[in-house]
Amino acid sequence: MKPEEIGILIVDDEASVRDSLYQWFTSDGYRVDTADEATSALKKLQENPWDIILLDIKMPGMDGIELQNRIKQIDKNIVTIIITAYASVDTAIQALKDGAFDYVTKPIDPDDLSKLIRNAVEKRRLLTENIQLRQQIEELMLPDEVVGESPAMKKVMEMVNSVAKTDSTVMILGESGTGKELIARAIHSRSLRRYFPIITINCGAYPEGLLESELFGHEKGAFTGAIYRRKGKLEMADKGTLFLDEIGNISEKMQMDLLRVIETKKFTRLGGDKTVDADFRVISATNKDLEKSIKEGSFREDLYYRLNVFSIVLPPLRERRTDIPLLARYLLSKYASSMNKQVDDFSPEAGEMLRQYDWPGNVREMRNVIERAMVVVKGTQIQAADLSFPFPSPPPPAGGESLEDVEKEQIVKILNQTKGNIAQAADILKVSRLTIYNKMEKYHLKDGRNPDKRDK
Amino acid sequence: MSYIYIVPIELADHSYLEKLEAFIRDTFRFKTKIRELDIRLADAFDAHRGQHNSSLILQQIIMSPPPDAEKILGVVDVDLFIPILTFVFGEAQLKGIGSVVSTHRLHNRFYGLPEDREVTTERLLKESVHELGHTFGLIHCAQPRCVMNSSTYVENIDQKSTDICPLCSKNIKVENWNPFTKGFQFSWWGK
Repeated sequence: MKPEEIGILIVDDEASVRDSLYQWFTSDGYRVDTADEATSALKKLQENPWDIILLDIKMPGMDGIELQNRIKQIDKNIVTIIITAYASVDTAIQALKDGAFDYVTKPIDPDDLSKLIRNAVEKRRLLTENIQLRQQIEELMLPDEVVGESPAMKKVMEMVNSVAKTDSTVMILGESGTGKELIARAIHSRSLRRYFPIITINCGAYPEGLLESELFGHEKGAFTGAIYRRKGKLEMADKGTLFLDEIGNISEKMQMDLLRVIETKKFTRLGGDKTVDADFRVISATNKDLEKSIKEGSFREDLYYRLNVFSIVLPPLRERRTDIPLLARYLLSKYASSMNKQVDDFSPEAGEMLRQYDWPGNVREMRNVIERAMVVVKGTQIQAADLSFPFPSPPPPAGGESLEDVEKEQIVKILNQTKGNIAQAADILKVSRLTIYNKMEKYHLKDGRNPDKRDK
Repeated sequence: MSYIYIVPIELADHSYLEKLEAFIRDTFRFKTKIRELDIRLADAFDAHRGQHNSSLILQQIIMSPPPDAEKILGVVDVDLFIPILTFVFGEAQLKGIGSVVSTHRLHNRFYGLPEDREVTTERLLKESVHELGHTFGLIHCAQPRCVMNSSTYVENIDQKSTDICPLCSKNIKVENWNPFTKGFQFSWWGK
């Protein structure tokens, strides 16, 4: 930082001190101003930004300690230096406890003052740089790829936002491919632990002995092949988040070990006897029905309750069909930019196929289908022929299978039969006219024919 | 025609002044005069500290400047201070007319070392140019060799040169000032 970029405010009731410090700092090239008491100092603080404030401890009215507290309330990153005529250890300690950068006794040796200001400028530079870097990290952090406007997904995101700021243990439940890890990352990136790592471990992917050493780490010589000490994932997740994927697939012994670690946040490395502390938040995920596993005796009930403090259920894609077009377009633009292809839409037939498909593999399956289509596509639109579904399912009845879909389909059918006559339709369906109106509003059935007018 | 006035104030030893005058004339390319003015050191004495308040001396220096004075440099041999600091080598008005410098802490004998007149003279030249530099609008320079580099202890003075660096000389605030036509010597810069 150049001197002219640094603002120094001097607060002292003695004019001679103010003037001599003003002179001293001005000749160093700093931007300098003075105030003779606390109130005018606070006013100057509102008018201009200041990096370093030197303040006298003894002033009429509000004293330096109180003024410092107020300054810290306004901007805790302003570097404050307390000056006083008397070396009083008590006030010095108080000032430092309240966040003063340093404490000097009048008169000061010129060299000490020069070093003090140099250090204060350095501290301020680091603080400012730190704030800027944090902002840059926030900007660089990839935006969450949680796409969905359906009420179900909105509810999920509300839950994510409310649980993220707490340190609660979260369990994410959902079918394979619904984006459980994405939700775990979304929670982590919104939490206070976001500057620390999120460590993912897929519990289903390791044989038992290996999972143990993955989680806890091992000392040199703990087993054949352990030729050096290795940190486990628990240690790596210190101050961050530990994401245990497929938690339903771990052995009973691991369940017991894990329970102890989650409760105490202490463990020992394999082959070691030193206790290691790690501070992490646990987020787990499974596609298994753990309550059933508990009844069958394959999952410990106490661990289940430990992990399931707050649970988020991710709906399968087929239960949030309104998100399909949104998600499909999102994936399309994502692959278009990563593959550098000028593809910007789906043909109407292709769009219809995506909407009708059952998506047993959920979002992951859709991602694969669209990625594949992007590879084979020619032209600017993805055609029906470009789409290839791994599990072709018979197209479900138009509009889906839920009770709501069936109801909507029936109302449309009868309204077509009665050519939009609501009174007749109500008669046939054996409900009141008001019910028909309400249902039409619910299912947005106003297309072109204005039933209101027709009825009159 | 304006002059840089060199004003000895109750100075016991005037033998440095001739060299100082020549050096200042050469550095700033101004005509110079050595002239005593009516300034009383006793008015700036702080009995409690046993030192002289340099700001109070400066006030007297600038109170009634001679009409042909462009700048005034007071030279004293008493110990100077400003209220917040334990001591100062000198003081100047930034972009003003007045400055003052003291030989008191420039002597080796002050630090318990054998006196060396040559060293004292060189330190006086540097501090005089430094304080006058402030009156010409120069602030402290980060260049360690530039005379405008801030000196907070005597070894600092010895480390810098007697010259104003090219960057500072470009910033000198005076009408028709051109460091190049004024015949500046940049011999050691850039080496």
